[in-house]
Amino acid sequence: MLWEGLSITIMVGFLSLLLAMAMGLIGAWGKLSRNKAANLTATTYTTVIRGIPELLLLLIIFYGTPTLIQNTAERMGFDIRLDFNPFIAGILTLGFIYGAFATEVFRGAFLAIPKGQGEAAYAMGMSRMLAFRRILLPQMWRFALPGLGNVWMVLIKATALVSVIGLEELMRKSYIAMGAIKLPFTLFFAAAMMYLAITAVSMLGQRYIERWANRGIRRA
Amino acid sequence: MDWQIIVDSIPALLEGMGLTVQLTLISLVAGFFLAIPLGVMRLSSNVLLSSPVLGYVFFFRGTPLLVQIFLIYYGSGQFRPVLQEWGLWEFFREAYFCALLTLILNTAAYTTEIFRGGIQAVPHGEVEAARACGMSGFTLYRRIILPKALRLALPAYSNEVVFLFQSTSLVSIITLMDLTGVARVIVARTFDVYEIYITAGLMYLVVTYGILWVFRTVEFRLSGHLRDRALDPVEALKLHP
Amino acid sequence: MKKILSAVAAVAAIGLSTQAFADDHAVLIGTEGAYPPFNSIDADGNLVGFDIDIANALCDAAGYECEFVVQDWDGIIPGLLAKKYDAIIASMSITAERAEIVDFTGKYYSTPAKFITSNDMMMDIPGDYAGANEVLAGKKVGVQRATIHENFIRDNFPDLEIVVYATQDEANLDLANGRVDLVMADSVALDEGFLQTADGEGFGFVGPDYDDPQWHGDGAGIAIRKGEEDLVAGFNAAIAQILADGTYQAINDKYFDFNVYGSE
Repeated sequence: MLWEGLSITIMVGFLSLLLAMAMGLIGAWGKLSRNKAANLTATTYTTVIRGIPELLLLLIIFYGTPTLIQNTAERMGFDIRLDFNPFIAGILTLGFIYGAFATEVFRGAFLAIPKGQGEAAYAMGMSRMLAFRRILLPQMWRFALPGLGNVWMVLIKATALVSVIGLEELMRKSYIAMGAIKLPFTLFFAAAMMYLAITAVSMLGQRYIERWANRGIRRA
Repeated sequence: MDWQIIVDSIPALLEGMGLTVQLTLISLVAGFFLAIPLGVMRLSSNVLLSSPVLGYVFFFRGTPLLVQIFLIYYGSGQFRPVLQEWGLWEFFREAYFCALLTLILNTAAYTTEIFRGGIQAVPHGEVEAARACGMSGFTLYRRIILPKALRLALPAYSNEVVFLFQSTSLVSIITLMDLTGVARVIVARTFDVYEIYITAGLMYLVVTYGILWVFRTVEFRLSGHLRDRALDPVEALKLHP
Repeated sequence: MKKILSAVAAVAAIGLSTQAFADDHAVLIGTEGAYPPFNSIDADGNLVGFDIDIANALCDAAGYECEFVVQDWDGIIPGLLAKKYDAIIASMSITAERAEIVDFTGKYYSTPAKFITSNDMMMDIPGDYAGANEVLAGKKVGVQRATIHENFIRDNFPDLEIVVYATQDEANLDLANGRVDLVMADSVALDEGFLQTADGEGFGFVGPDYDDPQWHGDGAGIAIRKGEEDLVAGFNAAIAQILADGTYQAINDKYFDFNVYGSE
């Protein structure tokens, strides 16, 4: 039964990471933007998310958002019914929370690109969009990878929190099994080993990806 | 937005915050002092010293805090007879003790890594100079390496302090009435999900940025010799003849 | 890239289903699934229990098509308000506090609350709250969060140390572990869910029955969002019907050898 939980854990982690990266790119764009409104929104986003514990954010989003959306919709005249199952809620919440961390990673990565690149693109007459797509974005990944690797590590461990809102992932399965088997230490230890396995594999994977991303760059 | 509920709940929430801060401070201090020798051991060339620390750090950094909490809180129940024999059950019986133990072990592991990074970042030149002066072993660490390492580790450590502060919210899951625990009980009774959780969130936010501000001030104070100073020409001549 | 996008889109579509709220849709029933013998999940993952059988019987009697939704007790009323389901049949007691937020049907059963403790801690607990509070002063009592039992203890037993749990099972487990001295909950749930199980050996009821309308309300009823009078009326009629035609008695006897409906 724990294996099912493990697969859910990995799925949730992976999908949340995708969402987090998307939010991170948007957030970084906002923070680096000259547009005051975008800048303010992005800064508020990262400030608030990094200041509040994930558990609390999870509770707010899971218990609060459906009500919020429905109240707003009701006021506008729609009578909709929203089904926020724990899987979706978990991914949305984790993606949203770690998007804030990813924002900081991407922001640092963009700033790390040598200025000359941007200047050369400008000199060649590329529009902002083109320069971003062709020059900045590809080069940014190299700098972002270590930070993203860290975000993934923290994210996958945070999936354990989604058990609190009922998602049937590894932690939750262990907890339920404890009710049946009454061997909590053994069970949670097995779960811990699985998390460690994920961590170890992730660390190896990160080393490979970084090596690939840094191909062609001479190391100091 | 129901303001009355918020006002009514603030005393209880503050009490919860009190427990949160208490747990954070105790774990922080204990973890800090545990991590210094552990960090040194981690870098030891003696495998017998470094491997257990490596294993410990890998376990506590590689598994979620929630698993660790459950492992100690529920897991100790499995070993109750053994613990009772050793007279330790009285401790593990208390959720507070279990939570504190887990938090200390967890933060010590992360801090060990941070100190390790700090120690490794001490410029080799300084260590060489100290060795040339005849310093070795304990004195070397106490006088040269550790002070420098701690200062270098400060930014990373500030993140760890914030992280610890926020992770205390997990103890609400094992029945402790920290800020999150109190908030959940109030929400359960009044159903004012937003008002209560947002208030609690704001309280966490304020303290988090308070902690970061303190660290920033300390870093600023400690790095005076690294910053550019406004010199008058005479002083400049003295430094660069 | 496309595959990932379509996978994400599919997942999103399943998760956020929006339906028009018409009268001819299935009635969704929220329940906890962690409160034997009233509602629990068996080894195959199916919902079973007294509440479940009653719910099915009521739906038949009222002509509704019913489906169950499992929700943690903590969020069971917020879930109702968020329209995750239309009715809560989960041994929820009818109290004035809850009635401010939701509407209740009439009761479908009523059983008192009691303390349980380990056999070597048995003592005489007087019937009045102040006296009982004195006798139990300093002891730890485990209760489930967001229940009438939590409120009852908080309001009447200031000298007891309250330990709050997410599920009744956790509270029972900690009692078995010796982490708390007593547990207060519904007497039937305690009896069948704990005392009669292997872990419950060496534990027993202590003290009087507690059935104070102010805290314990008027029995367990069905919680429904405010403004849905048709649903309330429908269920009330259904309750009356199954009481009259013997269906209730049959379900009652399947689980209990006493009359769980209580006095009228």
